[in-house]
Amino acid sequence: MSAPVVIRGGRIIDPSANTDTVGDLLLQDGVVRSVGDRLGAIDGAIEIDATGRVVSPGFVDVHCHLREPGREDVETIATGAAAAAAGGFTAVCAMPNTDPVTDNQAAVGFVKRQGEAARQARVYPIGAITIGQKGERLAEFGEMVGAGAVAVSDDGKPVVSAQMMRSALEYARTFNIPVADHCEDPTLAAGGAMNEGFISARLGLKGIPAEAEEIMAIRDILLARLTGGHVHLCHMSTVGSVELIRWGKERGIRVTAEVCPHHLSLTEDAVEGYDTNAKMNPPLRTAKDVEALQQAVKDGTIDVIATDHAPHHYDEKEREFSDAPNGIIGLETALAVNITWLVKRGVVDVRTLIEKMSCAPARLFGLPGGTFAKGALGDVTVFDPTAEWKVDAATFRSKGRNTPYRGHTLTGRVDATVVGGRVVFQRGE
Amino acid sequence: MSGLLGKDLLGLEYLTAEQITQVLDTAVPLKEISERAIKKVPTLRGATVVNLFFEASTRTRISFEFAEKRMSADTVNVASAGSSVSKGETLVDTARNLEAMRIDMVVIRHGSSGAARFLAERIESNVINAGDGTHEHPTQGLLDLLTLRDRFGDLRGKRVCICGDVLHSRVARSNIWGLTKLGAEVAVCGPRSLLPNAMEEFNVTIFDRIEQAIEWADALNILRLQLERMQAGHIPSLREYNRVFGVTRERLERAPRDILILHPGPMNRGVEIDSDVADGPHSVILDQVTNGVAVRMAVLYLLAGHNPKLAAAAKGGA
Amino acid sequence: MPAEPTVVLTARAVERTVRRMADELLELNDGIERLILVGIQRRGVQIAERLAAVIAEREGRDVPRGALDITLYRDDLQSVGPIPLVGRTDLPVEIDGQVVVIVDDVLFTGRTIRAALDELADFGRPARILLAVLVDRGGRELPIQPDVVGKTVDVPLGHRIDVLVSALDGRDEVVLAPVKPA
Repeated sequence: MSAPVVIRGGRIIDPSANTDTVGDLLLQDGVVRSVGDRLGAIDGAIEIDATGRVVSPGFVDVHCHLREPGREDVETIATGAAAAAAGGFTAVCAMPNTDPVTDNQAAVGFVKRQGEAARQARVYPIGAITIGQKGERLAEFGEMVGAGAVAVSDDGKPVVSAQMMRSALEYARTFNIPVADHCEDPTLAAGGAMNEGFISARLGLKGIPAEAEEIMAIRDILLARLTGGHVHLCHMSTVGSVELIRWGKERGIRVTAEVCPHHLSLTEDAVEGYDTNAKMNPPLRTAKDVEALQQAVKDGTIDVIATDHAPHHYDEKEREFSDAPNGIIGLETALAVNITWLVKRGVVDVRTLIEKMSCAPARLFGLPGGTFAKGALGDVTVFDPTAEWKVDAATFRSKGRNTPYRGHTLTGRVDATVVGGRVVFQRGE
Repeated sequence: MSGLLGKDLLGLEYLTAEQITQVLDTAVPLKEISERAIKKVPTLRGATVVNLFFEASTRTRISFEFAEKRMSADTVNVASAGSSVSKGETLVDTARNLEAMRIDMVVIRHGSSGAARFLAERIESNVINAGDGTHEHPTQGLLDLLTLRDRFGDLRGKRVCICGDVLHSRVARSNIWGLTKLGAEVAVCGPRSLLPNAMEEFNVTIFDRIEQAIEWADALNILRLQLERMQAGHIPSLREYNRVFGVTRERLERAPRDILILHPGPMNRGVEIDSDVADGPHSVILDQVTNGVAVRMAVLYLLAGHNPKLAAAAKGGA
Repeated sequence: MPAEPTVVLTARAVERTVRRMADELLELNDGIERLILVGIQRRGVQIAERLAAVIAEREGRDVPRGALDITLYRDDLQSVGPIPLVGRTDLPVEIDGQVVVIVDDVLFTGRTIRAALDELADFGRPARILLAVLVDRGGRELPIQPDVVGKTVDVPLGHRIDVLVSALDGRDEVVLAPVKPA
């Protein structure tokens, strides 16, 4: 059995129990034993000094791409899980757009086993909605859930057929898992490389209109109403999507939504100069969209913040903009970006941020964690909400270096990450 | 030497009115060289220029080649078909290989917007954008400006309408920036399915009907309509395009004033422009071609002195 | 050494000098036959105009004139950078077998004349090329000598010769001036 861990003197915030207190946290036998009480010396315990730090239930990322199997050259489950730990995530959900696609119980089992072997952040597989993500036949949700899948998604592409999406939402009800959809009308978005607007017109890049996302978002919301299934809308990026989600929630439809740190911080201006590290799908939008998404995080329209961590090889991004792949890495910058753009600017407080990065994602995807209830998983993130640091991608544990925040000075830094009572990351002095 | 062009020519959006005027002023005396028996000056003797064409182009490549040769540069043409470019080599590798052969200038035509800039940021040689995707085609913009200036003297207050597929046109973008900077009034006219959604933000007037454009304009710059636009569903047919948007003699005869007719070529006669307009008294289409060589000579000349390698070599030898 | 600009030739002296140069040219060529005056942009063109006017007065006939801009024939493009304003080269008549007089305001290193000779060669093969300059200030870097000189001036170190012509500068004058620090 591993040694007890005492995290001393931090500000313990657990939105799930309405806790916000300065004190000690004790983890023993992999679970939470004591919250807030000042503790004396404990024999053989690992001590973490959290003075001036925030002690939070471990962050949970419901959307990342770990690339294994298939592209182990750009990320493996082990490097991705280590990057997650360094970013304060104690659990991540791996999207199934691997090669081959994670669309059956054997593939799901492989991801789960690789995650366990890595002994970093927990890795929860997400299974594909359709076989090969081709949109033609439903994958075996039941067997995948049996092997450890926590949700289904064809992320990377949308479920084009409304009938297929309807079936997926209906069938998923048996297993009580969310169906996470990448909302994009493929005909409107075809060939698009950035947000459609004046900048795309000036740069001569084909634009992706906000409507390409919104049309799919409202379709999915209406199908959730029709089926009673739980639809989870991935990486929402527009004002219109926020309004549609609000509309759905007001009517009691089972729709939840996520937003990525980059859509809460950057605008399409980042594409100027054809920076391929600002190329992602959905694309960076306008200042109005960023503002609406921030407010949606605040008012609860958006449930969770997820990274959409998407590593790519250096060479793949080092090319003509229209030919470069979509996506950026996000696990090791998420907390700092969120603090810099949301907390520091007074949009939300730290407690709300923890709700969006830990409690809500765990709850919505039915995962253990996201709480310090006695006997809960000993998954903890200790972070300094005021520390400033300059982003140097070369120091990341992820194999990916594709970040638009390169050289930015950000506020908020992870000091320690504990998974199941075991310290998996601790910042050296 | 702040008034000059700097290292590269990537687009007219990035130039000041003074810089554009300087290129045009330099091009004017260079026209005379093409009229000599020996059409050559020794200005760029010893400089190596690579014409790197990833897209098929006859007119622009030949125009650049004439310009380079009339300035005495050594030129090498690399076309995508049959070269390593078509064997999956990345643009950055192609660029580094060229640089390793000690070239001085690259003229690049590429199907991706931003490709010229991408190259310029990665090599020391001067880079001239000969058309990148749907972004810019600055030398075409400059030769259009020179052709208009030859006729109008001063572009301030002159009304120029760009007609046709602005959405996919790098010529249109370069013209909009160049004309605007030199004080002309700019309009566009075409089906809305071939105009960018954010067209208004370019500060141009938009005409839905070609008749309105003709009523308004001093000059029309008529863009080539790519046949693929029909297959992609932007317009129903070439026949209807000609009926609704074609610049025809009948339409021009109703104009309140003589209108100069420009076309960057190659023309689809009977689609965007009728033959009797293209060959008519107000067409300056061949002047554009002549001016193209002079403008490109001017650009080569003005960029040449900004090649740090050449400058260092010259100083070292002095 | 003068710290202030000194007038080397006044307007009237310029006038007399140009007349004498015209006479010397006619003498050298034994008349106006086959003669073409080609000025180097920009002040050489002005001096050529003056010479042509005197010759026309003497001979009662106009002599053909041309202009050369040698900017594109310079040998220092890479070290100095391009001169933004390229002037016009204009040779209205065939120069093959003719006597071409290159006219410039000041002769110094000889590099401009070298460039002019190169440029003329691209237009044809004159029977003879003569060089006429208003001022020879010495300091040659190439083996080039004038055939007709208005005035020879010994220019001390740190000084320059400015030729002013009324069409461009509002008055005729040749001035010796200290070089101002850049």
